[in-house]
Amino acid sequence: MTLLSRTARRLAGLLATLFAASFVIFAAVYAAPGDPAVFLAGGRDKLTPERLASVRAQYHLDEPLVVQYGRWLWDCVHLDLGRSFKYSDQVADLVAARFPTTLQLVAYATLLFVVLGVGAGVLAAVKRSTWVDSLVVGGTTLAASVPSFVAAIALVSLFGVQLGWFPVTGSGEGFGGTLRHLTLPALSLALGALAIISRVTRQAMADAAASDHVEAARASGVPERDIIRRHVLRNALGPIVTMCGLVMAGMLAGTVVVETAFGISGIGSLLVGAINTHDFPVAQAVLLLMVTGYIAVTTLVDLVHPLLDPRVKGATT
Amino acid sequence: MTDHLLEATGLTKTYALPGGGRHTAAEDITFTVPPGGALGIVGESGSGKTTVARMLVGLVRPDKGEIRVEGGLRPSRPSRGKAARLARARQIQMVFQDPYISLDPRLTAEQCVATALRLHGKAESAAALLDRVGLGTREARARPRELSGGQRQRLAIARSLAVDPKILVLDEAVAALDVSIQAQILRLLEEIRRDTAVALVFVSHDLAVVQHVTDEVLVMRRGKAVEHGPTQRVLTAPEDPYTRLLLASVPTEGWNPSDAVRARAALPG
Repeated sequence: MTLLSRTARRLAGLLATLFAASFVIFAAVYAAPGDPAVFLAGGRDKLTPERLASVRAQYHLDEPLVVQYGRWLWDCVHLDLGRSFKYSDQVADLVAARFPTTLQLVAYATLLFVVLGVGAGVLAAVKRSTWVDSLVVGGTTLAASVPSFVAAIALVSLFGVQLGWFPVTGSGEGFGGTLRHLTLPALSLALGALAIISRVTRQAMADAAASDHVEAARASGVPERDIIRRHVLRNALGPIVTMCGLVMAGMLAGTVVVETAFGISGIGSLLVGAINTHDFPVAQAVLLLMVTGYIAVTTLVDLVHPLLDPRVKGATT
Repeated sequence: MTDHLLEATGLTKTYALPGGGRHTAAEDITFTVPPGGALGIVGESGSGKTTVARMLVGLVRPDKGEIRVEGGLRPSRPSRGKAARLARARQIQMVFQDPYISLDPRLTAEQCVATALRLHGKAESAAALLDRVGLGTREARARPRELSGGQRQRLAIARSLAVDPKILVLDEAVAALDVSIQAQILRLLEEIRRDTAVALVFVSHDLAVVQHVTDEVLVMRRGKAVEHGPTQRVLTAPEDPYTRLLLASVPTEGWNPSDAVRARAALPG
């Protein structure tokens, strides 16, 4: 099978997943408790049944679920995500204003957990069964067992308040400012991922190192550094990249807590606000974006995988 | 003493058992191999023959005993210095039992051999070396998964020859191959031995295979050497009851399995 047809098949699967996810998202928001018409009409105080009915008709809330879903999907396909109930702005504009911040945050956190996590994993694998190995495993487990909001508060209190190295709120201006503002949030996001990434790296390297071809390379006089890099790490990359991709994809939908803790206006805080105010179009659009991001990242990892591991190529071609 | 290429003296290795106590994998194993010679180490599974092979190469560190190559003590692990590391590699190379895991899945045959050639500063081209072991240009561009078991083992042999070793240790190197491929590989080893004067240490459970390639044979049982002598003599007039059992266990024309069962029952301990 050629690369083209494989990509085409993957793309079709991607669209089908997206379609199914869009229905689940729409139905879930629809089924959430609370009536958006009450909010749209301006609260319960001066509410009359006639006013409620007219609001429902205006926003098509009186139609059956499937019809509403069809209307929304049709608009989505035409890149019209509707207007926010709360702000009356185009949903697309709201999301576009918030999304880059979240993306920067996730990219920064990914950079941190890949460098620190894979680094710690390689170190643990090379120094297997020594105190270094125990330190890495113990340290990352401890870091993972601390919830991110607790880590956020601890980081704020230490680096933000006591040492004053980093600002504790907002998302900053310009590249340098953004970097400084997002360091603590990215670090508290990345901490939880360190344990799983370093553990996967360590185990994948241990498996790769157990192969006879590594012993053969060692016996033929290849320097230890090259053995680790070319034969062990290179053959262990498959699971490591997959896990990094999954964790990064998961982060796209998991920035809510950290965004709230650090006062960053990303899509995580937008989603929470939208759910609390029954702002259907915004909640649906953000959820759809998160799912799309997740699918995009995991698909990308799947497409990259055969380039890293010749055995996978054999299985899919 | 200097007429020996390889001298192993009193090699002993024990492993700790989970419930306390120690399992003796190899006990006081002593043998010598002359330049260009071929020694077979035979025994059933668990006899300790693979442990001896791995001690020779340096994958397992002996508890006691020493290994000398051309009179000099072989370092038990690769040195940090490049010259010493390469010199150690040129003493002994190994061909493993399972060619499915003994080759890097990522490298083509040519890359696999070229890496070793370059490392040791050899002028010979990878293609020429692959040709010597019977692999053509199509195989040179293939990765291990695209090669058959026999081709993979040829590649593994080529990789070890790239270093131009004095001694080649083969650990059950033909056990994973079917009989006709076994014969081809054995013929290849015979040719290589004739052309390069490399000494072979051939570890196998298969007496028929050992008979073809070796001059001398060491029979191991439960970590101990039970018989040691010229291959022809040991195979035709075995002195130890265990060697007789191994011979009785080889299926040939008119083979009677109950002979082997009786021979095992007659073994001491």
